[in-house]
Amino acid sequence: MLSQFHINAVYVIAAILFILGLKLLSKPKTARTGNLLSALGMLVAIAITLLSKEIVDWTTIIVCLAIGSVIGVLASRLVALTAMPQMVAVFNGLGGGASMLVAWVALFGSADRFVAVAVILSIVIGGVTFAGSGIAWGKLSAVLASKPLLFLGQRFINAALFVVLIVCAVLFVLEPAPTSYYLYAIIGIALMLGILTVLPIGGADMPVVISLLNSYSGLAACAAGLAIDNVILIVSGALVGAAGIILTNIMCKAMNRSLANVLFSGFGAQKSATKVEGQANPITPEDAYLILEAANSVAFVPGYGMAVAQAQHVVHELGTLLETRGTDVTYAIHPVAGRMPGHMNVLLAEANVSYDQLLEMEDINPKMNAIDVAVVIGANDVVNPAAREDDASPIYGMPIINVDAAKTVFVLKRSLASGFSGVDNPLFFNSNTRMLFGDAKQSISALITEFKD
Amino acid sequence: MEIVFLALILVLAIFLGFELISKVPATLHTPLMSGANAISGITLVGALLAAGSGSETQELATWLGAGAVVFATINVVGGYLVTDRMLGLFKQRSKPTENDG
Repeated sequence: MLSQFHINAVYVIAAILFILGLKLLSKPKTARTGNLLSALGMLVAIAITLLSKEIVDWTTIIVCLAIGSVIGVLASRLVALTAMPQMVAVFNGLGGGASMLVAWVALFGSADRFVAVAVILSIVIGGVTFAGSGIAWGKLSAVLASKPLLFLGQRFINAALFVVLIVCAVLFVLEPAPTSYYLYAIIGIALMLGILTVLPIGGADMPVVISLLNSYSGLAACAAGLAIDNVILIVSGALVGAAGIILTNIMCKAMNRSLANVLFSGFGAQKSATKVEGQANPITPEDAYLILEAANSVAFVPGYGMAVAQAQHVVHELGTLLETRGTDVTYAIHPVAGRMPGHMNVLLAEANVSYDQLLEMEDINPKMNAIDVAVVIGANDVVNPAAREDDASPIYGMPIINVDAAKTVFVLKRSLASGFSGVDNPLFFNSNTRMLFGDAKQSISALITEFKD
Repeated sequence: MEIVFLALILVLAIFLGFELISKVPATLHTPLMSGANAISGITLVGALLAAGSGSETQELATWLGAGAVVFATINVVGGYLVTDRMLGLFKQRSKPTENDG
C-alpha cells in the first residue's frame, strides 16, 4: 500500500512538471510542450491520489470523472475562439467552486481552529470566484449588460456584507461544524460578494477581472490545500495565484489605473472629459483603396470591435494581399484590447497571422511616424490621443497606441459614438484621419474586392 | 504537517510564480491564463479524496465531494484541451532564410 510519503514524493514530481510547464509556456516556440508537461503533472497527481488508501468508494468518483471529462472535452472543442473570454471565466468559476466544496467537506473530519480558518478562506475566495465568474460570463456573452451596473448604497452594502462575513467567520472558527448556520451564512455572503463586486465593472475592464478571478481560483485551491493538509494543492494553487496577480498588474498598468480603481470606481459611468467638436472626414472604400495601394507600410490596430464583427479572417486576407504587393504589414496590439489579456493575439492567430507580425505597444509606437497608413479596427479608447493630451479626460495617463502619428489613419467604425469609457475621441476629427463607416468585416471585404478588381 | 512548513512552501511557491510569469510576451497572455487556470484545477485531487472517502453516515459530504469532482474535472480537462487548441493556432511564418524550421 502507498504511504503518505510515497504520495508526497509523487506530488513533488507533479509540482516540478507544473513549474517546468509554466516556464515553457512563456515562449511561443515551447508553449505547447509546456502545456503538455503541465497536463502530465496533473495526470500524475490524479493517478497517485486515486491509488491512495483513503479512497474506498469508486462508483461516485468514476461517474463524476466521466461526466466532467465529457463536458470538458465538448466545451473545449465546440467553443468558438471569439467566445474564449467567457470560456475562461467559466473554467475559473468551476475551479473556484470546486475548491469551495473541497474545503466544506474538510469540515466533516476533525476540524481544529487552523483548519477552520483555512476552510473559511477557501470558501470565501472560492465562492467569490464562482459567483463573480458567473457574472463575468454573463457580461462577456452579452446575457447581462456589459455596462457598469451601479446602484445607490452599493459600497455601503458591500461594506456591511463584509462586516457580517467577518463576524460569522469568527463565530464559526470558535465552533466549526459542517452544518453550522454561520457556515451557510458565510457561503451565502461569499456568493453575494462575488456577484456585487463584478456587476459594477464594465466590459472594457474585463481583462483585469478575468485575470484577477484566475488568480483567485488558484488562491482558493491553495487555501483548500491548507484545509486538507495537501502539499500539491498548496504549491500549485500558490503558483497560479501569483501568476494571476502578475497578469492583473500588467493589465492595470496598461490602463494606468490601480486595481482598487478598476474594482470600485464603476469606470465609464462618469463623463467629464473635454467635449470634442469638429468635422470628421468620411472616406469611401474606393478612395481608401487608392491610399492603401500607394502605402509602403500599413499597421492594423484591432480592438474589441474586430472580435464582435468576426473580422479577423478578412483582416488577415487584406494584410496578405498588401504583402504580396510589397507593402510592409504589421499588427499593433494594445495589452488591454479586447475582453481578456491577449484576446486579439488569439483571434489573429486563429486567422493564421504569424505571431512575429504582432507588435506590442512599446515596439510599434517609436516606429509609428514611419507608418503610411494605420488601420484602426473596432478599437477606440486604446488609440485615443486624449489619454495623452487632455488631463481632464477619465482615461488621461493611459498608455495608448499613437496611431495619430502615422501619416494617414483609417478608423473603421459603425458611427462617431464614443467608446466604452464614454470619452470622446479627438482622433476622429484629426486632419489625417479618415472614417470608414460601417461594419468592420464588410468594410474590409469591400477593400479586398477593390484590390482584386 | 507543521504549519511553519506549510507557510514556507506557500511563500516559496508564490515567489516562484512571480518569477515564472513576469517575462511572458503579451501574445501568450491568453494561453498562459487558461493554462494556469487548468493547473488551479489541481483542487481535483482534494475533490477525489472528498468524494471517495466513503463516509456512509455523512451523505452530504459525499454529495459535496461529487460536485467538486465534476466541477474540477471540467476545469482540468477543458482547461488543458482549450489551451492546447489555442497554442496550436500560434504559428510563425516560415522564413526562407530558416532552412531548419
